[in-house]
Amino acid sequence: MEENTFKVTIDGIETRVAPGTTILQAARQIGPEVAPPAMCYYKPLEKSGGKCRACLVKVAQGSERDPRPMPKLLASCITQVQDGMVVENYTNEEVVETRKGIVEFLLLNHPLDCPVCDQAGECSLQDFAFKHGTEAQRYEEERRTFEREDIGPHIQLHMNRCILCYRCVHTADQITDGRCHGVMYRGDHAEISTYISKAVDNDFSGNMIDVCPVGALTDKTFRFKNRVWFSKPVDAHRDCDKCHGKVHLWYKGEEVIRVTGRKNQWGEVDEFICNSCRFEHKETKDWVIEGPAKMPRHSVLSANKYRADLVKKPAYALNYAEQNFKKIDDSRPYDKTLSEIKESEDYQALMEKNKSYKLLNK
Amino acid sequence: MAESIKILTEHFHQEGIEKLDVYKKHGGYAGLEKALKTMSPEQVVEEVKTSGVRGRGGAGFPMGMKWGFLAKPEGVPRYLVCNGDESEPGTFKDHYLMMKCPHLLIEGMIISSFALGANTSFIYVRGELMYVINILEKAIAEAKAAGYLGKNILGTGFDLELVVQPGGGAYICGEETALLESLEGKRGNPRNKPPFPAVKGLYQCPTVVNNVESIATTPWIMLNGGEAYSKIGIGRSTGTKLISASGHVKNPGVYEIELGLPVEEFIYSDQYLGGIREGHDLKAVVAGGSSVPILPKHLILKTAAGEPRLMSYESLSEGGFASGTMLGSGGFIAMDETTCIVRNTWNFARFYRHESCGQCSPCREGTGWMEKVLYRLEHGKGNERDIDLLVDVAKKIEGNTICPLGDAAAWPVASAIRHFREEFEWHVRHPELAIAPGAVFNKETEAVLN
Ligand SMILES: Cc1cc2nc3c(=O)[nH]c(=O)nc-3n(C[C@H](O)[C@H](O)[C@H](O)COP(=O)(O)O)c2cc1C
Ligand code: SF4
Ligand code: SF4
Ligand code: FES
Repeated sequence: MEENTFKVTIDGIETRVAPGTTILQAARQIGPEVAPPAMCYYKPLEKSGGKCRACLVKVAQGSERDPRPMPKLLASCITQVQDGMVVENYTNEEVVETRKGIVEFLLLNHPLDCPVCDQAGECSLQDFAFKHGTEAQRYEEERRTFEREDIGPHIQLHMNRCILCYRCVHTADQITDGRCHGVMYRGDHAEISTYISKAVDNDFSGNMIDVCPVGALTDKTFRFKNRVWFSKPVDAHRDCDKCHGKVHLWYKGEEVIRVTGRKNQWGEVDEFICNSCRFEHKETKDWVIEGPAKMPRHSVLSANKYRADLVKKPAYALNYAEQNFKKIDDSRPYDKTLSEIKESEDYQALMEKNKSYKLLNK
Repeated sequence: MAESIKILTEHFHQEGIEKLDVYKKHGGYAGLEKALKTMSPEQVVEEVKTSGVRGRGGAGFPMGMKWGFLAKPEGVPRYLVCNGDESEPGTFKDHYLMMKCPHLLIEGMIISSFALGANTSFIYVRGELMYVINILEKAIAEAKAAGYLGKNILGTGFDLELVVQPGGGAYICGEETALLESLEGKRGNPRNKPPFPAVKGLYQCPTVVNNVESIATTPWIMLNGGEAYSKIGIGRSTGTKLISASGHVKNPGVYEIELGLPVEEFIYSDQYLGGIREGHDLKAVVAGGSSVPILPKHLILKTAAGEPRLMSYESLSEGGFASGTMLGSGGFIAMDETTCIVRNTWNFARFYRHESCGQCSPCREGTGWMEKVLYRLEHGKGNERDIDLLVDVAKKIEGNTICPLGDAAAWPVASAIRHFREEFEWHVRHPELAIAPGAVFNKETEAVLN
């Protein structure tokens, strides 16, 4: 096993991967702290990647055999590792600077209409800009604009928000049949569109909504229904003859307001779902509930989950809590003042324990 | 310089040279006969390597070496694709060559295909040049009738089909991988590299892409040997180069020069451009097509070290980007003192914005941004910040894109500001003067104003 793997070092952390693995996949194997951001690459979609340049990294050493550094930054999502490769991502100033530039470029023509955008809260561009961008903007020119367009009965295209990642094009190419959707025109006037008067309408078209990193392709059945952070994602499945039927149901109170594919840690849907599951099964009774969906901690989606005053907890959640959490004794009174608590033995003991915890983690 | 050597254009002035019989009368297809009848494909590749001829499409990569990289897996076809897309502003030499002497290219294509083991080869011609395509097709029909194309060429057992494909009408289709996509019938988007065309090119098969002029050198090399070719020119810039000269010169046009000709002689000698138009003086030169850095008069005639600048790959790039440029595709644009550099830079930026394929974000957004800022500057609405902003945007595009179009868009802007910064500043400080029709910055008026 060892001989058949390549050693690669990313931001000082070493790992071994199979030959043919890309730098980005190797970095993801190490963990989110070194994984480069990806705005166009999408693992389940063949040929995706290489376009947005968000994932550019510095190859400080090409390989064991040929240790010369690469002269240019490379797109980590499509560059395969060599044995002994040394990669710099967050530790390289040039990479960090260039990435700021990429954020700026992607936001250049973006309408910055997050307050009215359905994607806000689960938008890769928001996350990317927040994490890798600068706070100031230097662009003073007019932005390109397009009309909103319905492409098919379920999807609306807001071309203004599109970052031309081509994910939806690959989706249309690879998992739907009868493709009639692609990129027209060139340069900064390029646009995603359908062939004249053709609508995107087939069993798997809805996945274009899931793969879109921004709010350019949105679910017409969900438009303006709710902010995503006020809804609660739940893992659920059903027997489906078209797809495997594993989804997230998004609840607002008792109501399922939308159905999406299940996204992994990197924001990718591993298994695509059919339009019937997505658009036609919006009742709790259609589904077998598995439990609350795991959301990344940093995400706004994991906030507000338990604000009972905002939205009433749905019945399934109450049932679930009743079955699984009733053993928890939550009856401890919280009637002491802070200074009283700090003086208590309980508290002192806890602090002592925390200290050793910290040391262990150093 | 003595009587100049002509390798490509020697017989171009002959009446009817586009016809097979006239072309043959002037030595045409002799190189082909020699190669196919007396040499092995490996020997042909060797001769081309010895000649040291470098790609004439812009990058200047040694042709023999490129041929040597071609993968040769069993049972997989190989392709040769000739790049005749020629859409770079200032470059019009391939157009001239194909129109004047189609058989020269066809002979070169047959020799090169033979060397590479390709049995179907393509000439991808800029789509706007329909009449050139007609000329080529007529010549191909003639060559086929004479047994130079088709099955069992000249009884040697070598088969070749030559296909002329009209281009997709975009500059980006000249980039070799975009060209292959376009040839496959898809949208002309450049591919990510690796894999390189030598391994996975047309229809995922090993492919060589060469410029028209590069391929047209092979008949001469076959006939006279790579050794003889390598003696022409200077240093690693062997042979001759077609230069398409335009701008404020007395005799614009396509010239075949021996590499190593001093730039000064090329501009001022009557044999070539005949100097700048009457009553005017040279201000700046774009030496190799719109993508290469622009140089002011003093740096194009002499290097920063004071050496005379020569028309060669090495000499033109001496000084790096600080004071040098590139031979590029040989689109030589001379500008006199009536040229506004800001306006010119805006014009180039407009071209790149229009031609960016839009796949990668730095180029798609950056080219548009630069164009808009330059438009404002040229139209008297710029501010001091804009100049450094342009430099920074150019820097953020350069090297971070899928294909070199990003670089090609960044270099003209960065170099114009590097060498003509005061003109940009003048536009910012005296917009009322700058927007007057035909207004051009001039050191004397600037001195008076200050
Ligand atoms: C944007 C862009 C446009 C290009 N246009 C042309 C062209 O019109 N003709 C050409 O021969 N090469 C063009 N090239 C260079 C080709 O990619 C390629 O390097 C060349 O055809 C190789 O041939 P050579 O080695 O004989 O020069 C272009 C490159 C870029 C990046
Ligand atoms: S619509 Fe969305 S998925 Fe499609 S290219 Fe634009 S940003 Fe990417
Ligand atoms: S650099 Fe420009 S032209 Fe080249 S692939 Fe990127 S967007 Fe397209
Ligand atoms: S994720 Fe690698 S270029 Fe977009």
